[in-house]
Amino acid sequence: MDLYSLTLTEIAKKIKEKEVTIKEVLDSVYSRIDDKEAQVDAYLTLTRESAYKKAQELQDRLDNGEDIGVLGGVPIAIKDNICIKGVKTTCASRMLENYEPIYNATVIEKLENAGAIVLGKTNMDEFAMGSSTETSYFKKTKNPWDLTRVPGGSSGGSAAAVSADMAYAALGSDTGGSIRQPASFCSVVGLKPTYGLVSRFGIVAYASSLDQIGPFGKTVEDVATMLNVISGHDEKDTTSANLEEKDYTKALVNDIKGKVVGIPTDFISTGLNEEVKMAYESAIETLKSLGAQVKEISLKTAKNCLPTYYIIADAEASSNLGRYDGIRYGHRAKEFSDLDDLYKKSRTEGFGAEVKRRIMLGTYVLSAGYYDAYYKRAQQVRTLIVDEFKKAFEDVDVIMIPTAPNTSFKFGAHDASPLEMYLEDMFTVPVNVAGLPGISIPGGFAKSNNMPIGIQFIANAFDEENLLRFAYTFEQNTKYHEAKPQFIKEDK
Amino acid sequence: MKDYEVIIGLEVHAELSTNTKMYCNCSTSFGADPNTHCCPICTGMPGVLPVLNEKVVEYAVKAGLATNCDISRFSKQDRKNYFYPDLPKAYQTSQYDLPLCLGGHLDINVNGEKKRIGITRIHIEEDAGKLIHDAYTGDTLVDMNRCAVPLIEIVSEPDIRNADEAVAYMQTLKSILEYLNVCDCKMQEGSLRCDVNLSVRPVGQKEFGTRTETKNLNSFKAIHNLIEFETNRQIKVIEEGGKIKQETIRWDDAKGIGYAMRAKEDAHDYRYFPEPDLAPIVLSDEYVNNIKDNLPEMPHIKKERYMKEFSLPEYDADILTSSIKSANFFEKANDICNNPKAVANWIMGDFARMLNEKEIEIDESKVTPENLAELINLIDKGTISSKIAKQVFEDMFESGENAKEIVEKKGLVQMSDEGAIKELVEKVVQANPQSIADYKAGKDKAIGFLVGQIMKETKGKANPQIVNKLLLEIINK
Amino acid sequence: MSVSKEDVLHIAKLSKLNLTDEELEMYTKDLSSIVDFANQLSSIDVEGVKPTAHILNIQNVFRKDVMQPSFDREEILKNAPSKDAGCISVPKVVE
Repeated sequence: MDLYSLTLTEIAKKIKEKEVTIKEVLDSVYSRIDDKEAQVDAYLTLTRESAYKKAQELQDRLDNGEDIGVLGGVPIAIKDNICIKGVKTTCASRMLENYEPIYNATVIEKLENAGAIVLGKTNMDEFAMGSSTETSYFKKTKNPWDLTRVPGGSSGGSAAAVSADMAYAALGSDTGGSIRQPASFCSVVGLKPTYGLVSRFGIVAYASSLDQIGPFGKTVEDVATMLNVISGHDEKDTTSANLEEKDYTKALVNDIKGKVVGIPTDFISTGLNEEVKMAYESAIETLKSLGAQVKEISLKTAKNCLPTYYIIADAEASSNLGRYDGIRYGHRAKEFSDLDDLYKKSRTEGFGAEVKRRIMLGTYVLSAGYYDAYYKRAQQVRTLIVDEFKKAFEDVDVIMIPTAPNTSFKFGAHDASPLEMYLEDMFTVPVNVAGLPGISIPGGFAKSNNMPIGIQFIANAFDEENLLRFAYTFEQNTKYHEAKPQFIKEDK
Repeated sequence: MKDYEVIIGLEVHAELSTNTKMYCNCSTSFGADPNTHCCPICTGMPGVLPVLNEKVVEYAVKAGLATNCDISRFSKQDRKNYFYPDLPKAYQTSQYDLPLCLGGHLDINVNGEKKRIGITRIHIEEDAGKLIHDAYTGDTLVDMNRCAVPLIEIVSEPDIRNADEAVAYMQTLKSILEYLNVCDCKMQEGSLRCDVNLSVRPVGQKEFGTRTETKNLNSFKAIHNLIEFETNRQIKVIEEGGKIKQETIRWDDAKGIGYAMRAKEDAHDYRYFPEPDLAPIVLSDEYVNNIKDNLPEMPHIKKERYMKEFSLPEYDADILTSSIKSANFFEKANDICNNPKAVANWIMGDFARMLNEKEIEIDESKVTPENLAELINLIDKGTISSKIAKQVFEDMFESGENAKEIVEKKGLVQMSDEGAIKELVEKVVQANPQSIADYKAGKDKAIGFLVGQIMKETKGKANPQIVNKLLLEIINK
Repeated sequence: MSVSKEDVLHIAKLSKLNLTDEELEMYTKDLSSIVDFANQLSSIDVEGVKPTAHILNIQNVFRKDVMQPSFDREEILKNAPSKDAGCISVPKVVE
């Protein structure tokens, strides 16, 4: 078996036990990237030089008998909206085409300290705005399961890279489903932690009150290990929760007997693809067979979450993206008549259509006369949604819904209607609006197109343990995660 | 011409004298090379987050309590969105609907009359950077050192009616902020500056007139002159049948003229919304009371005390306490020489004049309280005369040397040796028979001339009391 | 259309974006359909509901007032498109 196809946990063990050298691991993954990247287009930047340098350092330390950390020598990928000092961080935007941060995101510091090696930066929707990675200025990432389909988004590059064995794990960010939906489309595990569990310092902000960094992995165990590394209080992030650190791998218990899973009937009633529905119903049966108690619940406000989400996210985005004005960094138009012209031309040239759409919608809902009707009302509805979930979790340990209403779609399928694209997010955004943790794990395949289907668990705030426990038990008893993308089978 | 009433409200911006900026650990100190007090946070680089400096809240609460405001128990920060090259994030973090302090007042004194000026609110916000005009290239240069230096904005009610009141309000506010030690109030460096909102209306009219706003005035003189200018301008426009436009005025202090700034096309729509990257500020009674209990003595209380404790006239006490710096100087000097009236006279007299000429503040002078006290001691002990003292003081002021050294080095010690003085007196009396005759004929002035001659002989060092005494003894013999 | 062309032009101006005629058409249509969709919020009863101030119940997160070294100017200006005399250079700011 090739080294690149192992899991994070397996390869970390092999490195630690000196069955393989870190260089061999790196060679294997980069040769896999060299082999598949032309088809998948998952990466925007590869950091070979620094990766090999780090590999050498780590190997020397390991050979010296030092502890090189839980991720010692494990190559991983980073979404291109997370700042790494001296490495281009473009957010897949022309605006930041040549931007090199002068500091590291907190998660990058944590990964470094845990011995991880950064392979490169992955493609995404421009400024994380999208559900297909099609809005990237640079290229379209393909779904490894069907190269004519999208990998999901906005963290499509990270999901595709892990799915295609081009990284053992990856970081993404999730503002309205940007980790879970691509995980679902690419049949990998994707976790969006509770808001405040992982520091946001160094992730280029899209919507500050919704953004969370989270891991992609090939297994639930890998994701739990990544979460151990990246979570924890950060005094550089006001919104970072100051809690005792936990070992999430302890939650990996293959047993959910007597535990209660909530099934929100409102969600399933409309807009759900038949094949996704079948997979979901089968998941319910699996949980039942494993001894979990299934309880129907109602989340009728959360079901109408989408407008709330778009109003809040775009309002914050319109403000967060003001700083890209061509003055201190980023794209500056070549010719301009005066300052105002510089602003307008630089921003008009630097941003793509979807980013402009969201900036304008956000500006609209905050502008004089509309604030109360939209922004304030959305924040009030948000309170209702938070309360609704709180109440639900009085009776259930986790909630289970599909990650997305459909499987991966073809490129350009939603070009005509942005709103249709937004509707793809309806199962993922409630989690962000309420600040809860959610995980998407492989839940089977659609018969019609053989595309992956994701199952999503949602837990109460800071109850990642229950989330991981359900996900782990489901995974261990279904083994959907063991399937590899088709193109790989065809190649061999 | 009708009689007009002028309605003025001031928005005062005071930079807080914290060590670090509002949301990062960069220094706030003034005058560094451009862009050397900067980090990713204060320059708004992608991905950064703010964490509020605890001193900002404490200082703002102090200012609120000292100006009789209610301190909000729940307050939050908001983003004010607009594009400008000195604003790296394209939003200023400020406070919109829930400021830290609400509803206070200040009592001011104008020409002996007391007046109460309402304070609408005090909120915290970050300062913007500095734009420098590059005369060579014609471009504008951006220095971000001042970006995110913490400010409080103190908004007054439209209770001010003329330039004198405005200046008195500013002076009182400045004095309070200095007493609290929350702002260094260096107006020439821009750490205390104000926006003037001004409108006029015919006496008796209920509705306010249309107001103009003049931003960033940074001297009392500028505030005074702008108000006079703008008042006259508005009255003239109305008298000539015109209408006042709501606009922003830029004041050219050197020329003494205000210009209407190019009206911004986009009417102000700042799209305020709660800053999601910062937490609400929730203050307990305990927190507020603790600050209240530890507020320093305020100017008006200190003034009363000076009158009682040091038996100073109200006028003196008022001047000494108008600035914490002069009050501190006074107290330190007086602790050593124990002659309050003399210390007060020096501070209000020659010293004040010289500071004024040099345009520096008392704590920037080379003269220390210890030196002044020593000088006063030398006078009190009769070592030098008051006249010589003035000369010594000028030396002290220029060189920073201490009084004793100067007196010794220049041989200015007063002659109090009666024997020696007597010899001189006799010599002068003999040389001026006409003056003696004049004196004896009843012309008292002649004595002055003789004393002057003696002082001239001694280069002013002779003890004048002894000279007088001996002169009269000898003439009347 | 719930959002007019004038509205779109106004918010484009506030957002410092230029729009071509086609873009104006497109965004007017897009924003209208999104705003129409968002209007379903008006059917939810929010009487007396407090807007979410913060999703976590956090308050009073402060930093100590302790200075740390700033970054080198070279780093701060590294990504600036135009600089001069240790500053970022922009077209003349007219007041």
